[in-house]
Amino acid sequence: MIAAALSGLMLTTLAAGALLAVLNARRWLAGQAASVDLVGGLLALPQRYLGDVHHVVARKPYNALFHALVAGGFLASLPLILLAALPALRGWLLWTALALCLAVMLAGALMVGWRRGVARPSELSGGGFARLPFALLAYAVCLLIVAVDQLAGEALPQTISLTLVAIGALAAADLILGVGRGPLKHALNGALHLIAHPRPARFHHGTRDTAIRALDLTGQKLGTERPVDFAWNRLLGFDACVQCGRCETVCPAYAAELPLNPKKIIQDIAAALDPAATDRAYAGHHHPGRSPGEAHGGRLLPLVGAGAMIHPDTLWSCTTCRACVEECPMMIEHVDAVIDLRRFETLERGATPGKAALALEELRAADNPSGRPASQRIEWAADLALPLIADRGECDILLWLGDAAFDMRGQRSLRALIELLRRAGVDFAVLGADELDCGDLARRLGDEATFQDFARRNIALLGRYRFNRILTNDPHVLHVLRKEYPSFGGRYTVVHHTALLLELIEAGRLAPRGSGRSVTFHDPCYLGRYNGEIEAPRRLLDALGLERIEMERSGLRSSCCGGGGGAPLTDVAGKKRIPDIRMDHARATGAERVAVGCPNCTIMLEGVTGKRPAVADIAELMLEAVA
Amino acid sequence: MPSVAVLLSVGRHPASGRARRAPLDARALEMAFSLPNAAVHAIHAGNPDEPALRDYLGMGMERLTVLSIPRDGDPVPALTAHLEQLSPDMVLCGSRAEGGEDSGMVPYLIAHALGYAMVADIAAVSASAATATLTQALPRGRRRLIETGLPVVATVNTAAPAPRQSSFGRARRGVIDILAADAPPDTLADQCEIRPWRPRPKRMRLAAAASAADRLKAMTETRSGEGAVMIQPSPEEAARAIYAYLVEKRIIGDGS
Ligand code: SF4
Ligand code: SF4
Repeated sequence: MIAAALSGLMLTTLAAGALLAVLNARRWLAGQAASVDLVGGLLALPQRYLGDVHHVVARKPYNALFHALVAGGFLASLPLILLAALPALRGWLLWTALALCLAVMLAGALMVGWRRGVARPSELSGGGFARLPFALLAYAVCLLIVAVDQLAGEALPQTISLTLVAIGALAAADLILGVGRGPLKHALNGALHLIAHPRPARFHHGTRDTAIRALDLTGQKLGTERPVDFAWNRLLGFDACVQCGRCETVCPAYAAELPLNPKKIIQDIAAALDPAATDRAYAGHHHPGRSPGEAHGGRLLPLVGAGAMIHPDTLWSCTTCRACVEECPMMIEHVDAVIDLRRFETLERGATPGKAALALEELRAADNPSGRPASQRIEWAADLALPLIADRGECDILLWLGDAAFDMRGQRSLRALIELLRRAGVDFAVLGADELDCGDLARRLGDEATFQDFARRNIALLGRYRFNRILTNDPHVLHVLRKEYPSFGGRYTVVHHTALLLELIEAGRLAPRGSGRSVTFHDPCYLGRYNGEIEAPRRLLDALGLERIEMERSGLRSSCCGGGGGAPLTDVAGKKRIPDIRMDHARATGAERVAVGCPNCTIMLEGVTGKRPAVADIAELMLEAVA
Repeated sequence: MPSVAVLLSVGRHPASGRARRAPLDARALEMAFSLPNAAVHAIHAGNPDEPALRDYLGMGMERLTVLSIPRDGDPVPALTAHLEQLSPDMVLCGSRAEGGEDSGMVPYLIAHALGYAMVADIAAVSASAATATLTQALPRGRRRLIETGLPVVATVNTAAPAPRQSSFGRARRGVIDILAADAPPDTLADQCEIRPWRPRPKRMRLAAAASAADRLKAMTETRSGEGAVMIQPSPEEAARAIYAYLVEKRIIGDGS
């Protein structure tokens, strides 16, 4: 009787859950078609879940533990309860197993209760999620008593048992159908998202799949305007967000109180899948400076606009640093979403804000963002008599000067690098005035047309010469040439100057003398998170005999200087400045100097006023050490 | 609903020399967009295949009319004939182009030929059924309000609002309507050599001034009537003169 009631109720709840899942799936299935390898994804699911997801979740071991206990216990309890529908199986074995599962789940539920009730991190969303610990506890406790009672030969009066079953079933219903559309939705969407992930290559270890996908410029509408313009598997990904807020805690724009919270932007898109959507039900931190109820949308309505789900200021606050992507346990790709929305704003609406629109116009007309004569890329180096590859046709190392060549501070770093190359006897040459912008800025600002134009023209230019490797001191150039040109047919070995300088030391071609001065290294986002190069700069600094002190956030989890994604040009106002925050991290180490490996970081960090450690490019530090 | 014709030329980027939308003409188009309910006609006289024309379409017009004339043709007769037919209430264009003779005469010649009023260097505009109120930009930030009857030709100054961004998508979708037109050869242009404009080099002076303000003054002020004019000097002569100047101003030593 009790057992039948229990399994009957559970079966009904699960059936309702299945129906809800189908209804929910219709929301994201409204997206565009996508070519997805479902079978491969399904086969890879265990590895993606136990390997990649676990790797991220385990950065917070407490969370990993309660997650395993609660989800494991709950999921294992469901089939056992359903089996209890068959009288033949109702025996001590079944009830013992069920009791064990529920005990495990109870332990986890208490941990969840502690986290949400007592030691609640502020980045967690409230709302429906606040009921979660109660539902988990009610389910685990009530059904645990029922299972033990069954083992004890139904010692409790039937009314009490039935009441417990009823409460347990109600809690199960809340878990499966309620609570922010339920942990069921989380489990299902999460699993489906892992199977149909838009970037399956990110699960192949050793590859950091960070290149922006090329846009077909002959398409009807360029970029993403409405929720349904995203591919269905991307919508599924956004809908899998559990609002854990990990992305929020690492976002530099959020920290500087620019109007961007990556968690909210994902929720804005997910919420817009509902008819007459608003953000009223959202119960987490907002985009700083914006208040709930301002956003309205729907799956056929534009996502970006003053009263739409995403305010333009929010969209243009992002530095494309990828900290959020690195941190997200659900493997959501925030930056891809930002770029797709920017593409529509720039290519279709012509609404790139601030000085960014002007920079794009100059890029198109003069091949550099400040509209300078091409000859100025190399005029500053007249005294260095740099060898031009056009004169020689070939060289070992082609030095890419980049946009920093137009800037006096950037020229200082380049000079240091060139001096080191000369001392080591490296056979190098430059493109000089023929060099064009690499297109990074245009692409991050959504101007895919200008980016592709640069890609094609640079590839044609490079195709005229023979060289072994391209050397750059700008990680943005490195990333674009190494990872984003291949889809246009340009395949190059691109090396960052920190890696090459380390090579030169290891080969004994340069011999630095240590000074023992202290230094902290700021990882550039496009070198670290985009390209995984966090070792070479550190080994280089060690080889220079510097005392290296790490900032609290470093390596793949480093924090942005604020210079990426065209953010200095779109210049959305916040309460603080992103580079000031990063400089605070550097100050906290007490190091004498901040070592950088990117001309943009140099400019951003040197722009910080007040007492602060000096900023020096690694090449400058090395030149000091070999002098 | 006022009808506004905007004359658009092809600009030339000062650093790269590449064709682009002419900044002041783009401002004129922006000004036309700012007139409520205006029917905007965008017109270019020149080569209809010039890709830079799409920059104007990217500002949000569906169509652009090109009076197809040869490269060395004089655009004024074709434009005048077309405008006569169109009879707009207002003709707008930039006060200066970035190519051709750059004389800024085209709007004057057109106004003269059509018998329209002509107002130069406007920064803002509003129009009613029969009159227009134009804000003329004068040197040193001064402004003058001008009431004029319609039709009027007005040239747009750098003080007018900046033009909106040109978007790739709209530029791609816009349509160019080509009209054949006659253009007599421009006999004056034939006799000229056309060279890109270069900023005039500034003379360096060693400022021995006491205060920063004096140094700034010495650096920025231009004095006339000094030195000698050399016409087409040989490189050696020119170098000797520059050297003597640098020594005289004690920018470099004389080697003794
Ligand atoms: S996007 Fe990812 S990291 Fe951010 S709240 Fe959602 S699940 Fe958490
Ligand atoms: S990429 Fe960086 S700036 Fe943009 S939302 Fe993510 S964490 Fe924030």
